[in-house]
Amino acid sequence: MSVVVHGYEKREACAWKAAAAVVDPEIPVLTIEELGILRGVAVDGRTAIARLTPTYSGCPAVLAIELAVEAALRDAGFEPRIERVLSPPWTTDWITEEGRAKLKAYGIAPPAKAGNSVRALFGTAEVACPRCGSRDTTRVSEFGSTACKALYRCEACSEPFDYFKCI
Amino acid sequence: MAAVTDIDRDTLVAFLLRLADDHLILGHRLSEWCGHAPMLEEDLALPNMALDLIGQARALYQYAGEAEGRGRTEDDFAYLRREREYVNCLLAERPNGDFAHTMLRQLIFAAFMEAWWRGMTASRDERLAGIAAKAVKEVAYHIRHAGEWVIRLGDGTEESARRMKEAAGTLAPYVDELFENDAVTKAVSEAGIAPEPAGLRAAFDATLGPILAEAQLEWPEAPFAQTGGRKGRHSEAMGYLLAELQYMQRAYPGAAW
Repeated sequence: MSVVVHGYEKREACAWKAAAAVVDPEIPVLTIEELGILRGVAVDGRTAIARLTPTYSGCPAVLAIELAVEAALRDAGFEPRIERVLSPPWTTDWITEEGRAKLKAYGIAPPAKAGNSVRALFGTAEVACPRCGSRDTTRVSEFGSTACKALYRCEACSEPFDYFKCI
Repeated sequence: MAAVTDIDRDTLVAFLLRLADDHLILGHRLSEWCGHAPMLEEDLALPNMALDLIGQARALYQYAGEAEGRGRTEDDFAYLRREREYVNCLLAERPNGDFAHTMLRQLIFAAFMEAWWRGMTASRDERLAGIAAKAVKEVAYHIRHAGEWVIRLGDGTEESARRMKEAAGTLAPYVDELFENDAVTKAVSEAGIAPEPAGLRAAFDATLGPILAEAQLEWPEAPFAQTGGRKGRHSEAMGYLLAELQYMQRAYPGAAW
């Protein structure tokens, strides 16, 4: 009996490993595990059920990620199924510490914690430049090239950079 | 997903479609700015906000389709209904006009929705609570963005202030409809699914008030309150909007990417 359980756990770990390695198509340095949107992988016979949660409501990458997870599970020998879960909702706090470090290394300033207040008009959430580390930065646009990014400019090194918006 | 069962299915679907239609139609309006905005940053910002709204609409249409149980998909709701079957608020379908109109319309809607989503994060319907928890954070960005523009324009040049004042006069009659209560809103609020719109006025005013004050914008007395959207009675603008929105699916039924 314990052998069977062990085998099952091994298969589940294998399915998790396959799904967790999928990267975000818009931020290819981050895996969906580091992004915090892979909520679980369950194995039932030959089927592997991956539970995914979307980041932003309108994120166009959701479908691409789901298809990539399906392909990864199939490559690992499973019959893939995707379950989309909304609760508990994803926030930028789900990004792992490792994920935040990778974002920074990639040139995207990681999200500030709790920097999204309705009342903060013309707010200057302190965002450090991912290149030179200076906090002397200016928000160019609160909306950037993808749903999850804002545009900033560093006044110290003059480089523009993306900021991963806090939600 | 725990679904609330103490209201009938038709009421739940009616409620979901109102909310979804508000977001689809306003999202479509914002998307009309794509490629036409006065600067690159706005060309990114407006479609970004449109994406949020349409994403929220999709989640709600998907839920409506499942709750209805007749096999209708989100695309069926978005593309294949007739004008009288859309139950969005009239504010959402107002034409973009100039930038003052677009930004003030956005601010009004976002200020209302922020209060609504915030109430709905405590919904007894887990699925709606999940949608709300995400949306309430997204809408905070919309309030800030639109609010900053309303202040810049309202307290800007003589010309921008004149236009903002004109926008307020044009849009004021469409505000009260947001707060309307009827059998549907009553049923969902009694079931603990969503707050009653009429109860959100204080929160709405608390968000809008300081922004209007800073924008030097005196809110005009609306001569009348325009209503009818929730019953499918729309303005002339809606037909043109739907003609554009539905064109592909009407011309090439079933077309897919």
